[in-house]
Amino acid sequence: MATTTEAPPTRPSTTTERRRRITARPAAWIVWGVVIFFFLNLLGVVASVLVSSFGQRWFDTWLPDGYTTRWYGRAWDEFALLQVITVTLQVSVLVVGLSLLIGVPAAYVLARRSFPGKRVIFLVFLLPILMPPITYGIPLATVLYKFGLAGNMSGVVLANLVPSVPFVILTMTPFIEQIDPRMESAARMCGAGLRTVFLRVLTPLLVPGILASAILVLVRTVGMFELTFLTAGPDSQTLVVALYYSMSASGIRAQQSVDAMAVIYTSMMLVLLVVALRYVNPTQLVARVKDEPEH
Amino acid sequence: MSDAGPGRPLAHWQHRLAERGVDRQLWLLVPALIFVVALFLYPFFYGLTLSFQPTNGGPFSDYARFFSDAYERGTIWITLRIALPAALLNVLAAVPIAYRMRGRFRGKRLVTTLLVVPITLGTVLTAQGLLNFLGPTGWFNRILLATSLVDEPVRLTHNYWGVFFSLVITGFPFAFLLVLSYLSGIDPTLERAAATLGADWRRRFTQITLPLLMPGLATTFCLTFVLAFSVFPSAVLVGNPAGETRVISLAAYQAAYEQYDYPYASAIAMIMGFVELVIIAVVLAARSRFYTGSTGGKG
Repeated sequence: MATTTEAPPTRPSTTTERRRRITARPAAWIVWGVVIFFFLNLLGVVASVLVSSFGQRWFDTWLPDGYTTRWYGRAWDEFALLQVITVTLQVSVLVVGLSLLIGVPAAYVLARRSFPGKRVIFLVFLLPILMPPITYGIPLATVLYKFGLAGNMSGVVLANLVPSVPFVILTMTPFIEQIDPRMESAARMCGAGLRTVFLRVLTPLLVPGILASAILVLVRTVGMFELTFLTAGPDSQTLVVALYYSMSASGIRAQQSVDAMAVIYTSMMLVLLVVALRYVNPTQLVARVKDEPEH
Repeated sequence: MSDAGPGRPLAHWQHRLAERGVDRQLWLLVPALIFVVALFLYPFFYGLTLSFQPTNGGPFSDYARFFSDAYERGTIWITLRIALPAALLNVLAAVPIAYRMRGRFRGKRLVTTLLVVPITLGTVLTAQGLLNFLGPTGWFNRILLATSLVDEPVRLTHNYWGVFFSLVITGFPFAFLLVLSYLSGIDPTLERAAATLGADWRRRFTQITLPLLMPGLATTFCLTFVLAFSVFPSAVLVGNPAGETRVISLAAYQAAYEQYDYPYASAIAMIMGFVELVIIAVVLAARSRFYTGSTGGKG
């Protein structure tokens, strides 16, 4: 992967020191053994889906009898994947765009200003991330169904916004804090209004942060199962929900075409991941953690 | 309206508010506030009131129904029995590995990148992979049989262990990356100072690093636990959704989408949120106690 090629500028002394320690301690071997065991199993999990999706027949053997690509064609037709992928992309783009529009201004105010009730507001924004999606998803879906918004794409988008907007706020805050407030003051003194400051000064400076949070929200939205599952109708399923339905109804269709669909989903996620890692640190995909500057 | 003269009462109020940090810029917050009220707080309170208006019976009858039925009540215990060990294992396994890997070494970026993969794959795909990999004719059992570690295939899917493994596969990388970033946030000179004063590896870890890491571990545990607690797709797909892995989120889902009993589903969702918040509150309370205690000891 292109993202992994950049060699860390390590001082030679530390490298040799670490090497020596790794060869010296048995504990290090245990740790590396566990990591390798974990990765082997992970590889097995992913590879067994991949191999099965290309296999002709695979019963009680190490590898399938023969290889074919016809399951992909089947999955594409049987599960109406073109429509599903279109919906997935539409939902993701809408969620990313809306959550940025809502989240970035709020992040700006929360990062820069202090005002009465700020802590309470911050906590309210944090809650959707801390709660399991099912807990608020079921009441949310009930409300959306009451207003006729669920069962179609608008419901899916609205439900996915709930964790996305707080996530944008959380990821944008450190980026905003990095910008020198004197730049805004200078722009203000030169006669720029709030809108001009935002569009001509802040937004260009915030492009890396906006890209980072956009890609993070994208990854989360494409992978978000619970909220989409609770609010989607038959025409508004995203790929992961369609995958779930095809899996829970297994037996009707060949295992391999479900696997083929899973591989399509995986490759979509991996492409997103490779793109994401160009802009963000791996830990940011997990949560917003203050990362030490690399020195 | 901002151009109002200093003598007018409107400007007076604006001035007073501006001194407290309230001015027109706060309007930027309004879209986000409307959003969070309309899509999070309102549904939450709607669900809360709905849970007290059951289709039949008094205000608390849905809660009473949940707790009087052993099959329903048991879902809390089932969920905790899956989520707590999984979260605990993920955090505890992450500590030594992250401790080992906190320095810089070649391939660190590769390892962290590979670890992100299962998180992005999500539980649905992991479930599908586990069904193939751990199933009775999967590679895992084949290797065990080929090396004659077992005589007949180990049953690892469609039961507790399938769900447990799916939580480890998605949860461990998550916990590891968090612990790793907390660990690299600890100043390495502290440990070097301890080494200079003659503390060995064990003492350095237990008396310097671990106390400083403890708050981060508590946070990691909470986040991992939230993920594990809301386990839903893998409990259905690799678990035994009618029996030993009928988790509480599944009970809530069935009430809402199979029985169309929204008040009851809301009640279960509220119970679920409450149980989860209790666990998190306990962990966070322990966290504050542990942290202040050890800093006091150091000082």
